[in-house]
Amino acid sequence: MTDMGKTAGMNSGSAQPADAFADALHPHRSHWGDVWRQFRTHKGAMVGTFVFVGIILVVVFGSYFHTIDPQFLDIRNKNQGMSFAHPFGTDNLGRDMLAQVIAGGRVSLLVGVVAMALSLVLGAIVGVLAGFFKPLDGPLMRLTDLFLALPILPLLLVIILLFRDPLRKQFGPETGVFILIVFIIGITSWMQTARIVRGDVLALKEREFVLAARSIGTRSWKIVLRHIFPNVMSPIMVSATLGIASAIITESALSFLGLGFPSDYPTWGRLLFDGKDFIQLTPTRVLWPGLAISLTVLSVNYIGDGLRDALDPRIRGR
Amino acid sequence: MGSYAIRRLLFAIPTLLVISFIVFGILDLAPGDPTGQLPLTIPPEVREQIREALGFNQPFIVRYGLWLQQFLINEPLNLLEKTCDGTWCADWFASSETRLRVTSWSTRSPVVDLIIERTPQTLWVVGMSYVVGILIAIPIGIVSAYKQYSIFDQVGTFISMIGFSVPTFFTGVLMIVIFSVQLGWFPSVYDTTLVVNDWPSFWLQVKQMIMPVMVLALFNASQLSRFMRASMLDNLSQDYVRTARAKGVAEKIVLLVHVLRNSLIPVITVIALSIPQIFGGAIITEQIFRVNGLGALLINGIQSADYPLVQTLTFLFAVLIVLFNLIADLLYGMLDPRIRYD
Amino acid sequence: MKHLKALLMATAATALVASSAFADGHAKRGGDGQLNIIYWQAPSTLNPYLSGGTKDVESASLIIEPLAKYNETGEMVPALVDEIPTVANGGVSEDLKSITWKFSEGLKWSDGSAFKASDAVFTWKYCTDPAGGCAQVSNFADVENMEAVDDRTLKISFSKAKPFPYGPFVGAQSPIIQEAQFKDCLGAKAPECTDQNFGPVGTGPFVVTEFKPNDVIQYKANDNYRVPDQPAFATVLFKGGGDAASSARSVLETGEFDYAWNLQVEPEILSKMAAAGKGKVVSAYGTSVERMMINQTNPDPALGDKRATLEGGKHPFLTDKNVVKALSLAIDRGILVEAGYGSAGQATCNVLPAPAIYASEANDECKTQNVELANKLLDDAGWVKGGDGVREKDGVRLSVLYQTSTNGVRQGTQALVKQMWQAIGVETELRNLDASVFFGGDPSSPDTFQKFYADIEMYTNNFDGTDPEKYMANWLCSDIPSSKNGWQGSNIQRFCDPAYDALVAEMSKTAALEKRAELAKKMNDMLVQSGSIVPLIHRGGVSAHANTLEGVKMNEWDSELWNAAEWKRKK
Repeated sequence: MTDMGKTAGMNSGSAQPADAFADALHPHRSHWGDVWRQFRTHKGAMVGTFVFVGIILVVVFGSYFHTIDPQFLDIRNKNQGMSFAHPFGTDNLGRDMLAQVIAGGRVSLLVGVVAMALSLVLGAIVGVLAGFFKPLDGPLMRLTDLFLALPILPLLLVIILLFRDPLRKQFGPETGVFILIVFIIGITSWMQTARIVRGDVLALKEREFVLAARSIGTRSWKIVLRHIFPNVMSPIMVSATLGIASAIITESALSFLGLGFPSDYPTWGRLLFDGKDFIQLTPTRVLWPGLAISLTVLSVNYIGDGLRDALDPRIRGR
Repeated sequence: MGSYAIRRLLFAIPTLLVISFIVFGILDLAPGDPTGQLPLTIPPEVREQIREALGFNQPFIVRYGLWLQQFLINEPLNLLEKTCDGTWCADWFASSETRLRVTSWSTRSPVVDLIIERTPQTLWVVGMSYVVGILIAIPIGIVSAYKQYSIFDQVGTFISMIGFSVPTFFTGVLMIVIFSVQLGWFPSVYDTTLVVNDWPSFWLQVKQMIMPVMVLALFNASQLSRFMRASMLDNLSQDYVRTARAKGVAEKIVLLVHVLRNSLIPVITVIALSIPQIFGGAIITEQIFRVNGLGALLINGIQSADYPLVQTLTFLFAVLIVLFNLIADLLYGMLDPRIRYD
Repeated sequence: MKHLKALLMATAATALVASSAFADGHAKRGGDGQLNIIYWQAPSTLNPYLSGGTKDVESASLIIEPLAKYNETGEMVPALVDEIPTVANGGVSEDLKSITWKFSEGLKWSDGSAFKASDAVFTWKYCTDPAGGCAQVSNFADVENMEAVDDRTLKISFSKAKPFPYGPFVGAQSPIIQEAQFKDCLGAKAPECTDQNFGPVGTGPFVVTEFKPNDVIQYKANDNYRVPDQPAFATVLFKGGGDAASSARSVLETGEFDYAWNLQVEPEILSKMAAAGKGKVVSAYGTSVERMMINQTNPDPALGDKRATLEGGKHPFLTDKNVVKALSLAIDRGILVEAGYGSAGQATCNVLPAPAIYASEANDECKTQNVELANKLLDDAGWVKGGDGVREKDGVRLSVLYQTSTNGVRQGTQALVKQMWQAIGVETELRNLDASVFFGGDPSSPDTFQKFYADIEMYTNNFDGTDPEKYMANWLCSDIPSSKNGWQGSNIQRFCDPAYDALVAEMSKTAALEKRAELAKKMNDMLVQSGSIVPLIHRGGVSAHANTLEGVKMNEWDSELWNAAEWKRKK
């Protein structure tokens, strides 16, 4: 009976009776060691990790090997296909695509991960609080309704109007815009996660293991941390995977509207958007940034899968 | 549960009023001007006259009050009058002549009429894309979870991740290049004047809907199938599944009745959040295929600072969100009787 | 046939009277089926007096017409009259204070009623009603009175001598609407007349059958159109929405549409699409110039309320003519054209590039890039390159913030210019702003082109028709935007020269065309040489039509659809 399930295992605040014993002896090493051991057995997750780390290495260090300035215009060599000098070809102003994909990756990955994390944290907190603490449910969910109903575009214009110049002054043009974009994407995309998590929590808190924990006098916040959170991990993981992709794409929409980074500042979403009309002329222009986004999202998805399995005590023991 | 629903509905009224006030405030703060899209050849003093005629220069609170009155009192009265026209209740209403309706600034016509005109194509295209998306996503999610890490699951994961990570502005153009330009199968421009009254015209309607519906459905199905799969996986390892199997319940019933029902909560949430989105239209896809539905109406309104239009659309949208979130909450209770609402 | 047609036009009046008997004329009208037109901006109303957008004016130009139009070369041609009134033929009074239009005989509205001079008088009253918010009211500037002398004679009196009296009822911006239809729609009631605004009765070749605002218009041929064998098309479908590249695709690649408007996309995309062989790309030039405005005042945020106003003081380095001249010389306009405009752009050094008699040649030096000269100018003026390659003098760095509206072609131009300026030691920060904010003129937004909180900004401007008087008057000292006038002036770059103001005043009093042309050129040269404007591209309109569509005469002076009555299907 390795996977007795949450009812039995959670009472002692740990996964299973056997583990509880082990935990008592080596509480730290054993738990995370188990997680890591389980994670390693997940082939998809390992491949995903390698690809994701690979992408990060390329965008961080790639510019040391491919030294063309991504903003350099070589108008005589515009709309080139793949060649030795320009492995990914050039765009319609003669900028090197590989250099742009590398430079764009830095921004896109950072925006994607940070904005996703922000929206996830917000969404998970709001969702758990609303689902678990009855008095908070009404106000928090009405707030969610409000955010869902807000017209995003005018809201963005207002935020930019109010905060662009102060942020620029404080952090300089690029960091200022970065903070602004991450903030905007974060606060306009947490609602779905919040509603999903709340829905699950509503069902979870009536389950026996929560009742049991309550009956032995476990404090509310402890129940939330030890019993509720681990059980809403899977929708949160899915939201995380999808969140990275939508943050990268939302950023491109913002740039397109003139609300994002300056126009000579490449990002993956922007490269894809600018390239879409050139699809018949120079297909590589959309192929590479599109592939980069997809690979990132796929690898994050597999990492998420592996992580979820590894964190799930019932699967971990298998 | 009935009293819960009624309480929530009553509470929705102040909520919606607050939302409408906040939205109005945001629109008022937003930089933008109804004359912004006019050619530069039109001189500044003429622009000022136009703004004056639109009532753009009136104080915030006056404009908000006017909108509330026009939308919440005059428009329903108009609607009643129209339905009553020529019947027994025709004399109940004063003539509509004196009753100002919410008027769009860019078209100078009643906003409600514009919305009614745009709704059919949005329902057809965006609504159908959700139906198709759900129909694809739920079976894929179930099978992917049941046969976790099988070839089917891997391929499904791959396709849905690609589907989600490639934006619709790109898939739309790609589809047009392949199916309209190269193959010549489907029209690239949606014809809103098409009247479906026989089989050939129905076929035309199907043909012009295929591309926008597929672009959106791919995106929707990708998202939904991920949540479905994750939720199914969570439930498949629960005790009650083993209990049911041990009791000898047929595998099909275990899967499609016990597990599916318990896995639907996150899926219901996503769907409930999506239905208002249908009415919000799909801004990018509508633009690419020129469906010109509610999404295009909203983005046009925002770009031309047509605030009465944006305000009204957003308000209707908020009504739907509040309503469908309530429906979702009630559905949770039905799917899982342990969830209590008092 | 051509001869016959000329004859018909000349005697249009008599032909119309006999139109019911004109058997083969009727046989031809509507013989060519449906015409499909696509505009990527959708018309929101068919009453151009309520919305001045190009899309609204042009879609309405198929229905309602002015007395005279501009043809593809910018000449006035009669539409509802037999000849254009001039001083020579007695139509314009000697003192230039009145003009008398004589309508063609037998004109009818599409509903069959007679077209009268009183309709024109009504149109004037409609547009000048202060409560109506008419977008085209500037066409009626200085009109003191209009009077219907008889049913076919309209006399317009001006409050002062008008050397160019063709403001009212010439060009698609000021068509005549029917009094009987709009009589209850004056002033504040204008917006309530939805049915009228969405389906005006007109004299043009087509009538509306269905109008869906911001989406699609359906027209059918006007049975009462004054030329018996026109229009050749029985119906028109006018679709709106989407973006420029895909509307080009629907004409050039899929062949779903016959005519697509304003295709501002990268030239190589258009030529690739045109290679499919289904249609042609056509372009024509009007008066549009893409230009850089050089801020003469200091946009430094530290100045607070005085930022970018005369009170805030002069710009630290852009008032140095040598700097601006160097900036202009460093730009290779040919490359800008090649990258962003193709057949729809030409390098120009004038802010007033057309019509030909107004075009100065004094500034043509800038058409060829000259980096050496630019560097020399800066060296001589004492701007020395610092360690980071950016020039500076007395602690002032040549670093500019260069803003424009969001638009693919403009961002391409920005990137190219940034690199060209780097070569002469000027650092550039780029910014692009949403067009509806940038051109919106909201006084509370810092991002409008009027506020000009940047060193340099780029956009296009032009003027309606062919007379530049009003346009050149944009740069008066009194028109500088500031908080006092709600940032509403048209003198965006804050240029101020009393000598220029004097020339503007002189032009408004001068009647002789040659003299006016001379004045206009002088003003153009003053502006350009002052270093407050750097003209870049003389922009043309670019559209595409299907190979099977005949008779398209691309026109930048009037509606592009100005001669749609003559369009026909190639057999």
